[in-house]
Amino acid sequence: MTSANHRWRRFKNGLMQSVTLTCAILVIAPLVLVFSHLITSGIGAVNWDFFTKLPKPVGETGGGMANAIVGTVVLLGIASLVGVPVGVLGGVYLSEYSFSRLNVWIRFAADVLNGVPSIIWGMVVYALVVLPMKGFSAWAGGIVLGMMMIPLITRTTEEVLQLVPNGYREAALALGIAQWRTIIQIVVRTALKGIATGVLLSLARVAGETAPLLFTALGNSNWNRNLSDPITALPLQIFSYAISPYDDWHRQAWAGALVLLLLITFINVGVRVLTRDRFQQSTR
Amino acid sequence: MASPGSSTVPEPLATARSLVVRHTGDRVFKGLTLLMAVSVFALIILVGFELWRGSHLALRKFGWRFLFSKDWNPVSEQFGALPFIFGTLVSSLIALLIAVPVSIASAVFLTELAPKWLRQPLIIFIELLAAVPSVILGLWGVFVMVPWLREHLFPRLKSALGFLPLFQGPIYGVSMLAGGIIIAIMIVPIITSVSREILRSVPDLQREAAYALGATRWEVTRIAVLSYAKKGLFGAVILGLGRALGETMAVTMVIGNNPQIAASLFAPGYTLASVIANEFNEATTDLYRSGLFEIGLVLLGVTVIVNAAAQLLLKTLGGLSTKPQQ
Repeated sequence: MTSANHRWRRFKNGLMQSVTLTCAILVIAPLVLVFSHLITSGIGAVNWDFFTKLPKPVGETGGGMANAIVGTVVLLGIASLVGVPVGVLGGVYLSEYSFSRLNVWIRFAADVLNGVPSIIWGMVVYALVVLPMKGFSAWAGGIVLGMMMIPLITRTTEEVLQLVPNGYREAALALGIAQWRTIIQIVVRTALKGIATGVLLSLARVAGETAPLLFTALGNSNWNRNLSDPITALPLQIFSYAISPYDDWHRQAWAGALVLLLLITFINVGVRVLTRDRFQQSTR
Repeated sequence: MASPGSSTVPEPLATARSLVVRHTGDRVFKGLTLLMAVSVFALIILVGFELWRGSHLALRKFGWRFLFSKDWNPVSEQFGALPFIFGTLVSSLIALLIAVPVSIASAVFLTELAPKWLRQPLIIFIELLAAVPSVILGLWGVFVMVPWLREHLFPRLKSALGFLPLFQGPIYGVSMLAGGIIIAIMIVPIITSVSREILRSVPDLQREAAYALGATRWEVTRIAVLSYAKKGLFGAVILGLGRALGETMAVTMVIGNNPQIAASLFAPGYTLASVIANEFNEATTDLYRSGLFEIGLVLLGVTVIVNAAAQLLLKTLGGLSTKPQQ
């Protein structure tokens, strides 16, 4: 009687273990499928031309995405100009002046802001930048990505600054160093690697954004020579090729997706390796 | 204390002056960082204000009717959001039905049941999945997933469950169900990783007590861990819902983009986010554009409420994750 009950419980235990294992496999299956398909379909079109040539018009084979790659870099540069100072300083406030009830609300607002759909950011910047400037532009595209980075960087900066031991702050203050110099020269410098990690992760996240660029950067089949003109980016180019009816463009879309995903994965993995080292050192 | 330079200035005055410098420096720096920190409020207000300003034409013309009208006809300038609200809700619901059990089960596997060596690689894989851009998943969805659904899964579903109105009608491949599945893939990583944090925050004492009573591993998980973490897990699910509602590119590419309210999950649908993505640049008249802004306003309202709810649940009940460690 008891042994039958025991067997049943053991059986249930094993069953749930395999059910949850199956679910874990299901979760990572799409990643494996997407990656393998990207490699098989995209690798053929990733060649020297892909990185150096402009897109070819319909009907001509070949061409590349050089302008989209440069465009992504330019947009991320503008985005950093907007997002990094605001995000980092905001994070400094949250971590270093964390006495007021205001901070709870700021954190809350940043987290809610993080959940605002990216397409909405696109509309907002369209109304805010594109309409007054009377045209789609690289500026608008960079600003929208930068705005999306602000809540991300604010939160990650706060978290790394919290890891700086309080003794550092106290030691500096005891030496008579002003608080603002303590923060800049001791606290922020100690956590600089962590802050950079947060910035890189937020860049990796916005690098893949398409929706907010649709009505801000718009896309451009040529080089962008002026930041007040439309510019293209890898995700935009992938999207417009993906919804086109031409096989050759589909191949280009796969190649672009492969390059973009490798770039993002590279940043993510690299950052994780860096931070793990740091963490292990500090716990030793 | 006395430095050579202080001979020109009496001692107390020098200290006073440097104190003044220090105080202004502190005040300026604190003010600057405060300004940057409160910019998140400014951003929320800005987002809401711009959408409201953009949509005032449609707001004035249609009023509340906008939310309940099924018409979406740019030519006759009749705009109603109901098909999109329907599409967003149904696709998100499908996504949650698929993603929630799978994510929570894998979070349980990762924290409670998996062997130690397997945990870290799995966690990295899930984080990488979270980093896959929506447009790439959409590309894969259009060219790999949708054909597979059309050829294999959908016909099978139809023959097995065809007596339900949900699984009737012609099969195109692009459909509400395809949209739901792709959203599920997109929200699984976030639900999994937040759930994992919640489960990890369950005190070991809980587990030890259950073990001491002779419970098996699964019983420990069910009795001591899952019931303890219930509310936090609910927060994780709501957070996933917030992401699902706003998902744009991948859904736009596989859902079929047809503003209709159909009972069948095989029929194409349309979501709030995808109608903006598809039609905003083509909106030629002011009223059309204004209608799209109002769609955005609806989407913003829903996602802000859902996200705020999720944060409240996670913070007050889960007691974790977003709080910095130490």
